[in-house]
Amino acid sequence: MGSAMGGIRTAGDLVAWMQLSKKMKINDAKKHVAEKLGVDVIDLTDEEKMRELREEKNIGTIISLIGAAKGIQAKCRIAELLDIEINSVNLFKSNMKGLI
Amino acid sequence: MQNRIMTHMGDGERIYMSREEIAEEIARGTNDAAERAEIPALTQKEQDKLLEIFCEPGRIVSVSPGEEVVVSDDACSMSYYADQENSGMGLPMCRPVSILNWERVACGDTCCMGHTDFSYKPAKSIINYETNEYYTNSQSTTIPMFYGSQPNMGLYYRPDGPFDNPSELLPLGKIEEAKQAQLDAAGQLQDDLMFVAGELNKVGCEGMNFDTSGSAGDADMMASLKAVKEIKKVAPNMYIELGMASEFVLGMHGSVEFEGTRLAGLYPHQLVKLAEAAGVDIFGPTVNVNTSESTPWNLSRSVTMVKATAEVANIPIHPNVGMGVCGVPMYEVPPIGAVTRCSKALVQIGKADGL
Repeated sequence: MGSAMGGIRTAGDLVAWMQLSKKMKINDAKKHVAEKLGVDVIDLTDEEKMRELREEKNIGTIISLIGAAKGIQAKCRIAELLDIEINSVNLFKSNMKGLI
Repeated sequence: MQNRIMTHMGDGERIYMSREEIAEEIARGTNDAAERAEIPALTQKEQDKLLEIFCEPGRIVSVSPGEEVVVSDDACSMSYYADQENSGMGLPMCRPVSILNWERVACGDTCCMGHTDFSYKPAKSIINYETNEYYTNSQSTTIPMFYGSQPNMGLYYRPDGPFDNPSELLPLGKIEEAKQAQLDAAGQLQDDLMFVAGELNKVGCEGMNFDTSGSAGDADMMASLKAVKEIKKVAPNMYIELGMASEFVLGMHGSVEFEGTRLAGLYPHQLVKLAEAAGVDIFGPTVNVNTSESTPWNLSRSVTMVKATAEVANIPIHPNVGMGVCGVPMYEVPPIGAVTRCSKALVQIGKADGL
């Protein structure tokens, strides 16, 4: 884990989503996520910046923020932010059809 | 111990070497990889870089800020509750709590759940239980969640499965019978993989991990690749990571092919092109560890093969860095100094997109 991005502690999950959904190599995936977040690539593992940014974007944080998006709610927002397809999100939206 | 550098053998034993001895091990390792896989050895500059990683004074080493990579997993949440057989700690935790612990305490970049046996064959018989739990967990996780298991074609042979066992037929000289048994098993394996995938797709599965593919040889790998190709046709948004079982595809059958290429003997830099053709989203190269050789020798070999794979891959590659592969010593409590040096070298020299 010493060389890992850090999951929702920083932006590791977002970069992982890009590798999976668009088959992006690491540098392309980081660049895409950084552009979508409006930060520099180096900021993607900056805990201080990403903690604030994740709360601002409401995409899930490592700290439990009462009332904030978590789980499938956060994934819905991540799919929209990154402009990707997430299977679980598609099913969730399908089940909520007519309500949202 | 002055001027001696602490490193490890491939079985995890601490050893001390001089800088010159480590440089020699690195040179031997990369040349061995180059000869076996018919790929270029590391350049002198790359060997020097690897030497510096081994000579770093810190017990733990890491990449520089900005060089971090994604770390995907093969059901690491199982480590919490499983037993020694799965390198588990035996904690009284259920799967949902283990998965969320992996996401929010260990901070993995992906998470994963799978059948405790971690093979798709037993998962098939309890698929409703598995899909129900996957669905529940996918509502609470934020990071990408795989359903992971091994194709593990060995379970399809007698006494565990319905087909004749090639390991019993081959010593009897029944070559054709052994080959046919593998083809029969591969057909059933492919069907089962597609069945499990189809059920998982119904509950919005985000991704599948085909872990340790090819463990029963080339027919196992053929079934896995064929299944991936069919799954991607019906479930293009269910992303697939496929990892190797050994540094080349074992030729247990010897002649089976995928897309016109014989699978037996393919090294990671060759297999990745077939994985791409099948539709795999992330490929996991594997390089064996020789427990009788040093970590500098083993890691040098691994970095050489991973680098060759990264150079030709059009999809992200995540080398396997569990115990006993890609330089990590074959010991159930892998030395942290060796693990972190392997990670750093595979990223900085091997150009891995993840681990």
